[in-house]
Amino acid sequence: MIMSWIFTGITLISLLCAAYLGRGADLAAAVPNGAAAGIQLAISMAGSLCLWTGVGHLMERIGLTRRLSRLLTPLLHRIFPDTRQDSVLAGCLSANICANFLGLGNAATPMGIRAAQRMASRSGRTASDALCRLIVLNTASIQFIPATVAAVRASLGSASPFDILPAVWLTSLCSAGLGLACACLLGKVWR
Amino acid sequence: MTDYIVPLLLLGICLIALKKQENAYDTLLTGGMEGLRLLVSILPALVVLMVAVSMLRQSGAVELLSGFLAPVFRFFGIPEETAMLVLIRPISGSAALAVGADIMAQYGADSRIGRIAAVMLGSTETTFYTISVYFGAAGIQKTRYTLPAALFADFVGFFMASLTVGLLY
Repeated sequence: MIMSWIFTGITLISLLCAAYLGRGADLAAAVPNGAAAGIQLAISMAGSLCLWTGVGHLMERIGLTRRLSRLLTPLLHRIFPDTRQDSVLAGCLSANICANFLGLGNAATPMGIRAAQRMASRSGRTASDALCRLIVLNTASIQFIPATVAAVRASLGSASPFDILPAVWLTSLCSAGLGLACACLLGKVWR
Repeated sequence: MTDYIVPLLLLGICLIALKKQENAYDTLLTGGMEGLRLLVSILPALVVLMVAVSMLRQSGAVELLSGFLAPVFRFFGIPEETAMLVLIRPISGSAALAVGADIMAQYGADSRIGRIAAVMLGSTETTFYTISVYFGAAGIQKTRYTLPAALFADFVGFFMASLTVGLLY
């Protein structure tokens, strides 16, 4: 529903701005051009996206997920103390984080939701600190290969679509780390 | 250096798969099919949202908005050309993709602004959507500080994207 409001709002704002700036002809041309650009973007990304989803699945298949989750265990114990006792919760959480890491969004969400439901079964209708942290971690998106973005860059003629990797890693690490720190601080005062 | 990351990664994964006697080729194909299915499922949204973004751009609304927000963005060192992306990223993933692609097309994929837009897209998530999916599924009504903390993480992402691109390239 919210998207309907956003789309209507965007149309209205565009109309008002175009009328104010006298850009009616540009606005009229924007509609068919935008629709065509949507399909062009999808087609030019399709190849990379297809390949990288395949690579993500292969990484999962060769056991990279399991190895990653073993590396993650100490960190997991720190962020989510409940995982020390609850091995099912620990499994869901590390599967969620690893799938996100490998760019398998479709696999990550069900695991994350299962972890969230398990946490909620203890805290009732109020979000516990652990649940808030889980969501902050999921909204910060730590991704090893940002395949979609690389596909867009490649489709727009970038000389080296993956040269943004170090910047993406550094940025998502900082945003996840500081997001978690912010959640920990707020958790102490916001009951 | 970064040129070799991807081919080396592909080689490494395929070697491990061969050693484990996994059918790497078949897995690439089935996984790839899922990627294509995902693309088809967002295709209508991409078309509608590209129309919206293109209307905003051509009507001059984007320039007005970034001009209006420029002082705030400049204060944090975030280029005001990315204002649209920063505003839409937490709300809708496909819209952010449309806006990001539009920015990269306009300024060039390898330009500073194009790179910043790409890093922003790659290192943040659709916060409102994620929150509503997780809390909806878990039946949570009191979300406490989740939204401010998640939006703070997004802000750090936008800020760091501008900073790292400025420093690394």
